[in-house]
Amino acid sequence: MIRPSECSIEGSRFKLGNARGKGSVDTGPLRSYPEEAMQLSFKNGAALTLAQLPTGSQAYLERLDLPEEMSQRLMELGFLPGTSVVAAGSAPGGDPRIFRVDGSEIALRRDTACRLYISAEPIPDLDQL
Amino acid sequence: MSDSGSCHGAAPQTVNRKAGHYVALVGPPNAGKSTLFNRLTGLRQKVANFPGVTVEHHVGRVKDSSGRDLFVVDLPGIYSMTPRSEDEQVTYDVLTGAKESLGLPDGIILILDSTNLQRHLVLAAPVLALGLPTLVVLNMADDLEARGGKVDASALAREIGAPVALISAASGAGVELVVQFLQGTGARPVVPQPRVELPVLPNLPARRRWAGRVGLQAGYTPPAPPEWTRRLDRIFLHPLLGPVVFLVVVLAVFQGIFTGAKPMMDGVESLIGWSGDQIGNLLPAGILRSLLVEGVWAGVGSVVIFLPQILLLFLFIGILEDSGYLARAAVIADRTMSRVGLQGKAFIPLLSAYACAVPAIMATRTIENKRDRLATVLIAPFMTCSARLPVYTLLIAAFVPNTPLLGHLLGLQAAVLLGLYLLGFAAAVGTALLLRSSVLRHAKTTFVMELPAYRRPSVRSLLLRLIDRAVIFLKRAGTVILLVTVVLWVLAHLPYKNGQAPAIEDSIAGQIGRAVEPAIQPLGFNWKIGIGLITSLAAREVIVGTLGTIYGIENAEQDSPPLIESLRKDLTPGGAFALMIFFAFAMQCFSTVAIVRRELGSWAWPAAQFAYMGLLAYVGALATNQIWLHFQ
Repeated sequence: MIRPSECSIEGSRFKLGNARGKGSVDTGPLRSYPEEAMQLSFKNGAALTLAQLPTGSQAYLERLDLPEEMSQRLMELGFLPGTSVVAAGSAPGGDPRIFRVDGSEIALRRDTACRLYISAEPIPDLDQL
Repeated sequence: MSDSGSCHGAAPQTVNRKAGHYVALVGPPNAGKSTLFNRLTGLRQKVANFPGVTVEHHVGRVKDSSGRDLFVVDLPGIYSMTPRSEDEQVTYDVLTGAKESLGLPDGIILILDSTNLQRHLVLAAPVLALGLPTLVVLNMADDLEARGGKVDASALAREIGAPVALISAASGAGVELVVQFLQGTGARPVVPQPRVELPVLPNLPARRRWAGRVGLQAGYTPPAPPEWTRRLDRIFLHPLLGPVVFLVVVLAVFQGIFTGAKPMMDGVESLIGWSGDQIGNLLPAGILRSLLVEGVWAGVGSVVIFLPQILLLFLFIGILEDSGYLARAAVIADRTMSRVGLQGKAFIPLLSAYACAVPAIMATRTIENKRDRLATVLIAPFMTCSARLPVYTLLIAAFVPNTPLLGHLLGLQAAVLLGLYLLGFAAAVGTALLLRSSVLRHAKTTFVMELPAYRRPSVRSLLLRLIDRAVIFLKRAGTVILLVTVVLWVLAHLPYKNGQAPAIEDSIAGQIGRAVEPAIQPLGFNWKIGIGLITSLAAREVIVGTLGTIYGIENAEQDSPPLIESLRKDLTPGGAFALMIFFAFAMQCFSTVAIVRRELGSWAWPAAQFAYMGLLAYVGALATNQIWLHFQ
């Protein structure tokens, strides 16, 4: 179950730092992300996630904050850091949402999408990731 | 990888290759693997399981240029050479030669979707690095062209150092290139392609960048977005229309199965009745005629009648799957399914479970998450499979009057049947909730689903699939059901006294039936039903054949009345309803028990499942009959 504090759409846009902080406490069994990555996402004070990307908008994927297995699967499907992602639509209830990435359409639940961090600007070089 | 010959040449001597020469067909899901496979092999294919694991796969036979048999093995779809699901593990093992019974393949056909070439090329790097003779097939060339994309196949071949064929498996264009490749392998030793030193690619991002560069060098222009798919998705995933279409599709499938199959089933039924009479007329009265007509024909025939219905269900599921709608249905269903501790991908196996739990449980392999897969396997047998249908149809026809309920829209008989379907569904949901709050409490469900572009289903693929299913069904009718029927007939005719077969209640079968009678009497069942419950442990529909045989023998002297008449005389309505409830819940299917054992790798799960479902069936039937007795 996803608690609202972990991944809510409403309200979280304006207090992202807070939401992120809580998220990192709540992850428990999940891998904790490296320090550098934290810095990166806090840099502009706007660590948006795919869950917040409005339908029809486009952004660049910054990093995946998910267990190894899940992030590998998503990367195979095209969710590689630096890739352009478009929010294409959703299931009738609003969840799962559908994203266009690397030539295909992939449906993700909100609780997965909210762990994919995005940036409005292209990401220069992410060879190290 | 310096020389492909060295690792390839060593394998055949060290490995016992039962399969002979073979070529592995690999590619990502939705690249058109099965369509190409069907093109190449047609009817010369069979379904098999890999030794050790029950990953169902198809093996087809083609002739190479020297007239020798060459096998094409259709492997489960993979996204990368890092296996995560059991399916992917099999593909990985076959490609790396870890499957000792097969040995290394003599060649690989790597099939990629040309409309999404750059992402699919990511898989080419690790597959080519295996160093086996590989043909890279770029499928859906017609789609690519129609949407204004293009690629230079020979430039791509130069870039990757492997032959490339641009084809359309659906229309057959270019398939001859694949046939040429097949005829080349196995016939002569490996001719190494002009080697291209592929760069070492340590990780996915590096492979993706390589794929992008290679695509660029090959003049790849991605096609325009699939406009039709987007238009259709605006309807099928519309907030209001989407769920409506979803419900209409599901209801249409059910309606089609019941009304559409009826004339065909009537046809098969009269054919079986007629042929039984013909055989009866040809043979002299005696043991042989009794065995053939009352035993085999009445028993096996009463099951074969349901073939049209089962094929129709598989046809509908096939159309939904091949067209791409099933992926959308999974997305729509996900939200609801997540509430009961399942996920959208479970929708596909659970819908298939309405046809048969065995392929449904195999279909759960597409669910990568182990927890979600376990939950789906455990509840799938509650879905009303087609083997329950003969039992329901028979009992409803015998005990429920066909009074109209909503004008002519819904009859009482159809309503009862629908009720039984809902009951099975409710039991599945209840069990899923129970699992979520008990054994699977700690694990989380996830959902990731690729939505392929909509495609027109190929008649050829659908037909091949139906033939597959018909063969499996008839094989079962010809083996398990035939065997049970013959054994039952023998047990119903022994022991001989003074050269006379005993009355059926005094026969061995009758004695067994009467031995279990005390346990099932509170449910409203007599000893004949008792025999049926025992024989139907093999498969649910066997009870219909069994009852057909028992009443056939019982009424052998007279002009035998239809089974429905006999049942009406012999069973109370309370008992009949209790029997329907019993079959809604009980796991009366040895094939399902076996497949759960193999898929989950232990006897503990199927044993617990069998006990749980059996208990539910007994209590449910008991309650039904007692309530009926109370209000009578």
